[in-house]
Amino acid sequence: MRLPFQINAMVGGAIIGFLLLVALCGAFWTPYDPLGISFSDKLTPPGPSHWLGTDEFGRDVASRLMAGAATSVWVSITTVTLAISVGVVIGVTSGYARGWFDRIVMAFNDALLAFPGILLALGLLAVLGANKYGIIVALGIAYSPSVARIVRGTVLSIREREFIAASRVTGNSEIYTMCRHVLPNCIAPLTVLATSMFGWVLLAESSLSFLGLGVPPPAPTWGNMLASARPFIAQAVWLAVLPGLCISITLLGINLLGDALRDRLDPRMRGRT
Amino acid sequence: MRFIITRTAMAIPTLLIVAVTVFILIRMVPGDPAALMLGDNADAESVARLQARLGLDQPLPVQFAVWFRHLLTGDLGQSITTGQEVLPLVWKRFLVSAQIVVVAVFLACLIAVPAGAIAAWRQNGRLDVSLVSLATLLMSIPTFWLGLLLLLFLGLKQQWLPVVGYVSIADDPWRGILYLVMPILTMFLHELGVLLRMARASTLEVKNLEYISHARAKGLAESTVLWRHAFKNSFGPTWTLIGLVLGNLLGGIAVVETVFTIPGIGRLLVDAIFGRDYPVIQGCMLMIAAIYVVVNLVVDLCYPLFDPRVAVE
Repeated sequence: MRLPFQINAMVGGAIIGFLLLVALCGAFWTPYDPLGISFSDKLTPPGPSHWLGTDEFGRDVASRLMAGAATSVWVSITTVTLAISVGVVIGVTSGYARGWFDRIVMAFNDALLAFPGILLALGLLAVLGANKYGIIVALGIAYSPSVARIVRGTVLSIREREFIAASRVTGNSEIYTMCRHVLPNCIAPLTVLATSMFGWVLLAESSLSFLGLGVPPPAPTWGNMLASARPFIAQAVWLAVLPGLCISITLLGINLLGDALRDRLDPRMRGRT
Repeated sequence: MRFIITRTAMAIPTLLIVAVTVFILIRMVPGDPAALMLGDNADAESVARLQARLGLDQPLPVQFAVWFRHLLTGDLGQSITTGQEVLPLVWKRFLVSAQIVVVAVFLACLIAVPAGAIAAWRQNGRLDVSLVSLATLLMSIPTFWLGLLLLLFLGLKQQWLPVVGYVSIADDPWRGILYLVMPILTMFLHELGVLLRMARASTLEVKNLEYISHARAKGLAESTVLWRHAFKNSFGPTWTLIGLVLGNLLGGIAVVETVFTIPGIGRLLVDAIFGRDYPVIQGCMLMIAAIYVVVNLVVDLCYPLFDPRVAVE
């Protein structure tokens, strides 16, 4: 019975597709100005004029959720790209060079893995400053060691294979061989990792924003919307429920899609997660 | 015995590199570390005195040696904002967080590990699909939102539990426990999902091995095959994950402590970042990373109890 895993891919894909659509839309158009304050409308429950209600400053929650989706998606995609780029460069160089260079780089890499990712990001934020770019760099660096480890493993396992030797013998440079023949073999494990990482980063970004260490208000993110809703949760339940629901549904979509991808690209794990 | 010595020796370089990383991280902060540590109101004389004490006028490797010597004697400096000694402060706050994390993970294991094994045993059946869906759903709910929802329904609406705050169990055991129920429940529900999926995956690894077919062929009851034969071998990977989960929770506990206003190590770290209290940031990071390494060491050292092959290898 393989049905549930096809459903995984469909439901996960649909959720993520919808999220990307909303984020893209939110970047250019929202029903109301997400920063537009209107004290006469404050804490209005969901209704015909404001579908998802308004917050403590009378700002439209639906518009803020859309703008927040755009910010969260942009931060997550940039961070994942940064983590993968840094990790691939370190992993490929280390796996290809081997010897003492590999040993030293991997010793540091493993020590960074000894920090819980979010802790390393918190430490880096203390240095970089708590803002959108601080988050991207901090999380990008914090998550790159796991990429480096996977890429290095793949590089080590294929660098002695005949087709790599053949590429060298035909006179191709080391860099060309690396990019043309070694890297494509890392794509499958990296796709699985990037999908999960998108989820980790989105969660970490929301957590940091919730703590007040992320994108500073008034710019909306799902995390900082939840943080500012905290004093009002008793009288305005929608403020506490909606941003969290957005984060949870998105994470659910990513987890389902991640499971389906792992199923497809890593036959060893088929049906096991 | 050799396994214990080798594995313990392997943790030492990791701890050393953790110390180097934290040292470099704090040195990366723009400005003079001594001036930063003393805060804005410090006069030039006390800055110079601290610079000499920390060896900041020396080359970087010497600075590290001085810093490391202080670290080994437990001298992590004083908090800029409160003037308290960092080590006792961080330790006190760590104990608050530890009671939440340890109880939550313990309870989650009690339920998730057998449930995961049963789900795997009935792979693709109705029970399996329901359990996996529930686990995926629980995993997808961020702890800070789950905490807020519990706070809203159990605290504000039903008024079953106190809403926010913290009372030490040592001062008032009953009220202390009441204040901890919601934070523990939040972490428990989240970890339940993670551990259930892991336990299921590792049971599936052994389910189709030949020795299981052999046990069945001997005519053993299904429950005996699962619990006596499969479960024992599948517990190893889950056990390793428990160590990682404990460490990750300590790193990510700040959000739960923020929701419930609990004075744990996560909240201490976040407040220190806001206040640019570098000695405290350094202390918290060292403490959490060291606990993470030590917990994983203990987990690995216990591994041969479940899988004797590890010690032999």
